[in-house]
Amino acid sequence: MSESAAPLEKSYVGGTGEPLIQVEDLKKYFPITGGVFQRRVGDVKAVDGVSFTINKGESFGLVGESGCGKSTIGRTLLRLNDKTDGKVYFEGKDMHKMSKSDLRKIRTKMQIVFQDPFSSLNPRIKVGEAIGEALLDHGLVSRKDVKERVIETMKICGLADYHYDRFPHEFSGGQRQRIGIARALIMNPEFIVADEPVSALDVSIQAQIINLLSDLQSEKQLTYLFISHDLSVVEHLCNRVGVMYLGTMMEMAPTDELFSNPLHPYTKALMSAIPVPDPTLKRERIVLQGDIPSPANPPSGCKFHTRCPMASDICKEQVPEYRNVGNEHFVACHFA
Amino acid sequence: MEQPSLNRTEQLQEQLKIVKAESPWRIAIRRFAKNRLALIGLIILFIMAIICAFGPLFSPYELNQTNIKDKNLAPNAQYWLGTDKLGRDVLLRVMLAGRISLTVGLVATAISVVIGATLGAVAGFYRRFADTIIMRIADIFLALPTLPILITLGAILSDLKIEPSKRIYFLMLIIGILGWVGLARLVRSQILTLREQEFMQATEALGLRDSRKIFRHLLPNTVPIIIVSATLGVAGAILTESALSFLGLGVVPPTPSWGNMINAANNLIDFRKRPWIWIPPGVCILVTVTAINLIGDGLRDALDPKMKSR
Repeated sequence: MSESAAPLEKSYVGGTGEPLIQVEDLKKYFPITGGVFQRRVGDVKAVDGVSFTINKGESFGLVGESGCGKSTIGRTLLRLNDKTDGKVYFEGKDMHKMSKSDLRKIRTKMQIVFQDPFSSLNPRIKVGEAIGEALLDHGLVSRKDVKERVIETMKICGLADYHYDRFPHEFSGGQRQRIGIARALIMNPEFIVADEPVSALDVSIQAQIINLLSDLQSEKQLTYLFISHDLSVVEHLCNRVGVMYLGTMMEMAPTDELFSNPLHPYTKALMSAIPVPDPTLKRERIVLQGDIPSPANPPSGCKFHTRCPMASDICKEQVPEYRNVGNEHFVACHFA
Repeated sequence: MEQPSLNRTEQLQEQLKIVKAESPWRIAIRRFAKNRLALIGLIILFIMAIICAFGPLFSPYELNQTNIKDKNLAPNAQYWLGTDKLGRDVLLRVMLAGRISLTVGLVATAISVVIGATLGAVAGFYRRFADTIIMRIADIFLALPTLPILITLGAILSDLKIEPSKRIYFLMLIIGILGWVGLARLVRSQILTLREQEFMQATEALGLRDSRKIFRHLLPNTVPIIIVSATLGVAGAILTESALSFLGLGVVPPTPSWGNMINAANNLIDFRKRPWIWIPPGVCILVTVTAINLIGDGLRDALDPKMKSR
C-alpha cells in the first residue's frame, strides 16, 4: 500500500496527484506482411502517438469504438506487447527499457484483468492454484501459507472456499471474472489494467463486478486503467476519461467535465448514444455516417474528418493540435 | 461488499457442494471407457504384460538351460509350445522375449517423448533462433532414412563387441533418439497456438518464470497429443526393435527377443517343418502391436476429439 494514499472520492480528480504511469507519445504498429516472401507491406497503426498520465489512486477510463487501440494501449503499457515508439514510465522507470529480471519484479505491482473470462484461465489448472501460483513463483509466500492467502482473496472477490479445487470450466462467466480479479489482486498490485472486464457479462453481473472493482479500489487504494466502450460504466467508475479514435486520443478530461461539457464532435456523438432509461425522453441523436476507416491507412489531417458532421477543409489538411482548453480538459479539434 | 443476491447464490452453491469436481482427465477416461475396441486392446495388452512379467516365475525351466535330448520337439504336455533346436522351452523364451521387447518399446518411447516434448516446447515457446536451430535439426533427422541408419548403428554395436545383456540399453537409446522428431513437431505447433491464448498473456502479466510457463501451463495442454503419439510410438518402437533383432543387429542371442526368435526359423526346413518356433513370437508381435494401436486410437478419440475426423 502506498503511504501517501488520500481518502478517495469520485470528484477527487487526479488521485494523490502523484503520477504513477506516464505515457509519452506511445506508438504501436502491427506489421502487415504480404507476398511470397512475407515482406512488410504496411502497418496497422493501432496506437499512433498517445500521451497521458495516470496518478496514484486514480481511475483513468479509456473509451472508444472497437478497434481504436484501447486494448493495445493497455497491453503495451504492461509490456505484454513491445512498443513501436514512445515511452511508458511506471513510477518513473521506463517499462520498455527494463531487463527481463527487473521486469519480472515489477510485474507484481501491475496486473491486468482480461475481457474474456473464458480464454483468460488455463483450462487444466485448478482455480486455487491459478490464483496462488504467482505468489509461489515470486517467493512472496511460503508454500504452506498460500492456500490461506488464496482463500482470503477469493472471499474478498465473492468466491467461496470450496471453489479452490475446481476447474475453470465449472464456473459461470461472472465467477470466472471474479477468479481473474482474484488472480490479479493477490499480488497486492498498485496498478490494474481492467481491459473491458464486464463487456462479456450479463448486465446484472456487470453491476456486481463493477461494484466489486470500485469497492476494491477504495479499500486498497488501487489505481485503474479502465478500458471500456460503455460510457455509463466509465462515468460511474472513473475520475478521468480519455476518448480514443483510430489510435489517437481525441479528448481527455475529468469525468464530470467531460460529461457535462464534451468538446470534440466524436465525444458528442458517443454521448448521444448512451441509452437513457426513459422512453418518453426525446433526444437529439448524432448518428455518424460511414464506417470507421482502416487503421492501416488512416485519413489525412484530423482522422475523424471523414465522419465528422462539422468537418471543413482545414480538417482534411491539418492535424489538429492536442491542447489544454482549461480545467485539465484536453482536446484535439480545430473548432473546440 | 455484501450483496443479497450473492448470498443467495452462495446458499444454492452450498447445496451443490457435494458434487465432485470433474477434471478434464476424468471426462477423457469416461470417453475412453465407452470405446469397446480400445478397451479390448487395453485388456489384451494388460494380459500380455502380466504373462510376460510373472509367467517365467512359474516355469520349471531356466532361461539358457539347453537340453539336446529334447531338441526340436513339437508342442506337447511337457513343453506347451515345443522346444527349439537347442532344446530350450519356447514358451519361456517367448515370455522373456516379451519382457525385453515391451521394455525396449516403452523406454525407447519415453526417451523420444522427453527429447521431443522438451525440444518442441522450447522451439515453440522461444521461437526465433531456438526454433530455427531445433527445427532444422529435426529436418535433418527426418531426412535420414531410419532403417539404414539403424542397421549401421546396429552393425557398429556388433563391431564394438558389446555384451549381449548390455546391448539392449544401447538399443533403447538409439531407437529413442531417432524417434523424437514427429513428437517435437506436434508439440511445437500446439505450443505456437497456445502461447497466443489470453491465459498465457496472464502468466506474462503475473511475471511467472519461463520454466513454469512451459512446464506448468503449456505442456499440460499438449499432454493429450503426447499421450496419443507416445502410445502409437510404443508400437512403432516394438516393431523397429523386432525388425532389427530379426536382422541380427538388435537384441542378439542368447538374450531372447521376439524378433531374434523369428530369426531362428531363417531356413526353409525350420520354417516349414517346425512352425512352433516362429509362430508364437510372430503372433505375440502382431497381437501386442495391434492392441497398442487400438489403445492409441481410443486415446486419440477420448483426448483429442478434434482429430477424430481424420
